[in-house]
Amino acid sequence: MVGESRVKETLKDRAPEEQSEQAGLIQQISVREAAPTEVDPWAGEKVFDLEHVSVSYGSSLAVNDVSMTIPKNEVTALIGPSGCGKSTLLRCLNRMNDLIPSARVDGEVLYHGQNLYGSKVDPVQVRKLIGMVFQKPNPFPKSIFDNVAFGPRILGLGDIDHRVEKALRGAALWDEVKDRLDDNAYGMSGGQQQRLCIARTMAVDPEVILMDEPCSALDPISTAKVEDLMNELKEQYSIVIVTHNMQQAARVSDKTAFLIVEMDAAEGNRWGQLVEYDETDRIFTNPQDSRTEDYVTGKVG
Amino acid sequence: MEARDTIGAFGRGGADRPPPSLEASSPRYGEKLIKGFLASCAILSVITTTAIVISLLLPTADFFGEVGFTDFLFGTEWAPTFTPAAFGVLPILVGTISTSLWGMLFAVPMGLGSAIWLSEYASPKARKVVKPVLEVLAGIPTVAIGIFGLVFLSPVIEGVFPFMVNVPPFSAGVAGLAIGLMLVPIIASISDDAMRAVPGGLREAAYGLGSTKMKVATRVVFPAAISGIIASLVLAGSRAVGETMVVLLVAGASPNLTFDPGSSVLTMTAFIAQTATGDISTGSITYDTIFAVGALLFVLTLIMNIFAIRLVRKYREVYE
Amino acid sequence: MRPQSAGNSPEISGSERSRLATAGARAVTLAQLSSQPRGDRFKGGIFLALLLFAVAIALLGLVAIIVQAAVKGAPAFGMDLITNGPSTLNPEQSGFRPALLGTLYLILGVILLVVPLGVSAAVYLEEYADRTRWWNRMIELNVQNLAGVPSIIYGILGLAFIVRGPLDLGFILAAGSMTLALLVLPTVILAAREAIRAVPPSIREGSLALGATKWQTIRRQVLPAAIPGVVTGVILAISRAIGETAPLLLVGAASFVTFAPTFFGDNGYTALPVMIFNYAARPQDEFRVLAAAGVIMMLIVLLAMNSFAIWLRNRYEQQW
Repeated sequence: MVGESRVKETLKDRAPEEQSEQAGLIQQISVREAAPTEVDPWAGEKVFDLEHVSVSYGSSLAVNDVSMTIPKNEVTALIGPSGCGKSTLLRCLNRMNDLIPSARVDGEVLYHGQNLYGSKVDPVQVRKLIGMVFQKPNPFPKSIFDNVAFGPRILGLGDIDHRVEKALRGAALWDEVKDRLDDNAYGMSGGQQQRLCIARTMAVDPEVILMDEPCSALDPISTAKVEDLMNELKEQYSIVIVTHNMQQAARVSDKTAFLIVEMDAAEGNRWGQLVEYDETDRIFTNPQDSRTEDYVTGKVG
Repeated sequence: MEARDTIGAFGRGGADRPPPSLEASSPRYGEKLIKGFLASCAILSVITTTAIVISLLLPTADFFGEVGFTDFLFGTEWAPTFTPAAFGVLPILVGTISTSLWGMLFAVPMGLGSAIWLSEYASPKARKVVKPVLEVLAGIPTVAIGIFGLVFLSPVIEGVFPFMVNVPPFSAGVAGLAIGLMLVPIIASISDDAMRAVPGGLREAAYGLGSTKMKVATRVVFPAAISGIIASLVLAGSRAVGETMVVLLVAGASPNLTFDPGSSVLTMTAFIAQTATGDISTGSITYDTIFAVGALLFVLTLIMNIFAIRLVRKYREVYE
Repeated sequence: MRPQSAGNSPEISGSERSRLATAGARAVTLAQLSSQPRGDRFKGGIFLALLLFAVAIALLGLVAIIVQAAVKGAPAFGMDLITNGPSTLNPEQSGFRPALLGTLYLILGVILLVVPLGVSAAVYLEEYADRTRWWNRMIELNVQNLAGVPSIIYGILGLAFIVRGPLDLGFILAAGSMTLALLVLPTVILAAREAIRAVPPSIREGSLALGATKWQTIRRQVLPAAIPGVVTGVILAISRAIGETAPLLLVGAASFVTFAPTFFGDNGYTALPVMIFNYAARPQDEFRVLAAAGVIMMLIVLLAMNSFAIWLRNRYEQQW
């Protein structure tokens, strides 16, 4: 509760500045929109189909009735105020919610048409295909090399040295660490640690990478590096990112989903609700829902 | 290898292959087997408890086949190996309570004093030295403390307070003192943990109002940590009741029904150790007596332990 | 360690917080109203002096135990102590050889039993057990209770279940090892759980998110990270087993053995603390000197182990 109100405050504080940035953004985008669109942005292949997905912990609802499709080889952002369940929603996409015994998922999460929560589905197999990068960098207490090599080793993938180098290059980290691969990963800076975690995920060749506020613990320079990386990564991977930073969503994503906190005043319950899901350009320039507009223009937060 | 290629193809983005299966590539019986093994190791502790209860209960039942329940619990004469034998447990029960009480009388003020000093007064540096040293005291084998009591404490105390040692070198009071020495670190360590778990804000609020350090310690921190402190006392009491080597060496072997610290007493633990070391045959009444006394000891300490665990759990729930 | 973790997660329930706050405020107000600054300073000084006295007594007790044994045992120091067996005829040349070997074997057996069993049980309880299930809560409570059962009760268990009864091994060294292992098992489980719990959940999540199975995560991430804590706990538990005397008296660690023991040989064995106890209980002073020398030998081993454990703990404590 405390954390939430603090976040709100800071958002309010930053509102004017953000608004002016928004204005710049809108200009940019409207220039782009002037050019005739040649391809339908929803025509491509998709990785996830969410159909009426609700998540609850015990008896309390966390996310209510979300339906959306997530395209392949694009960056999809989930934005919204804290407590709107965007992280919870993200964690159902690779069954990390299974780790919380009381968590329950209703509805269907289809991954290439297969229900992720089907009775025969193995969560371990799911996580091999759908990797995750966490809010706080969480390298293993091992050497840099062993951090990246861990995944390929347990999955029995061959040619570890080559894979590690490729993953570190992919995460734009190779040049910084190639001379100290045997050093403990805890000696790296926060930004390097987070890129190491991304490299670690790439080393097992997933199809999708889920990112849960990957830059919230990083300084602006490290954040910029990770954002650049995302733009490159989407050629190879489909990325779903949760962020509370709207500018980040605007910068890196192709599609954006906006969730809000719904409240039942009588019962005191709160849960997340999907308000609008569209191309990022449209969410930020021409949202269909007034609540989205209020949020992206900084009127409420 | 095949799996790797499929995954690889996804990594490269384009290919039109069907998505890889989400089902487990193998049933992973190994994982289930390992979980079963780990669970059975945990269950071993339950088996141990069951075995303790069974091994105490069966001979105890035999014992009460020959000796009346009230004769045992309320009898005032203990002479199980004499003819005629007497099985009144009160003398050795009182012996246990006596040595434990004298021990606690010493250990409670010393232990709590140390705990308050450690948590409220000691500089981090002093704390870093004193706490491990106290832990070393807790780790000294009780046989060594018993020898210290027998060879050093007993003659010294006899010299200063002759009424404390009626039958040199044996004395319930001196045994209690030696036990107390062993209890101090237990009380100090757990109470210190409990007091340090009291939120710092509470202290700062009190200081902010101009309280002295002593008042903060005794009227704010101490009451707030009271359940953990009581738990430490109960645990120490349970250790005192179960202590064997010190009383075996220092308290003597006479089942006297008295709380006099100068008297020599026999405790329940000392009786068990003394009798079981001798050559006794399974099924004899002497053999069964060991188990009956053991059962009483087990019940006493079990009650104290469960009470202490409840209290510890309570203070951990509150602050963590 | 506990106070730190308490500080990191100050999640006190609202009602408890307000209760504490009220209690603290009331105490402070009372203190304010009744305070006389000069008297306060005086009382505070006395109070601190009493606390320091308590700490000093505890530390003095530790020093006295060590110094007394060292002074008393000094005449017996020498290689005879290690190389010779006991002899009633010439106590001056008696030593602890069979007892040292006996303790070495006993502890070897304890380690072999207790490390796999204890760590496995701890892994089950921390990583697999669903705490909403009653049986898992029961196992947990049971382990805590077992840690408080008096050691002599384990002796009774060993006598009734391992030496005689179902296992019927006889008075052999292996029976002593098993009894001691059961005795320290709860301590090892509790220490290993603490160490496993200290590994942050983010490490587990990171591993699982790469497609590692639960056991791969435990085996390759959690256990390696928990090793320092586990080793510390095991060392402390083992050092307790080394000093345990009472249960061994019941499972046949005879006192006068002049030869080196074997695990399953049925011609008797002894252990260092048992032999110390036996020497100490004899009236002749020569034997008491021997006992004191034995105590010093035992304390040196234990202090070395304890210091190593403490060093290990400090070295790896704040990894996260």
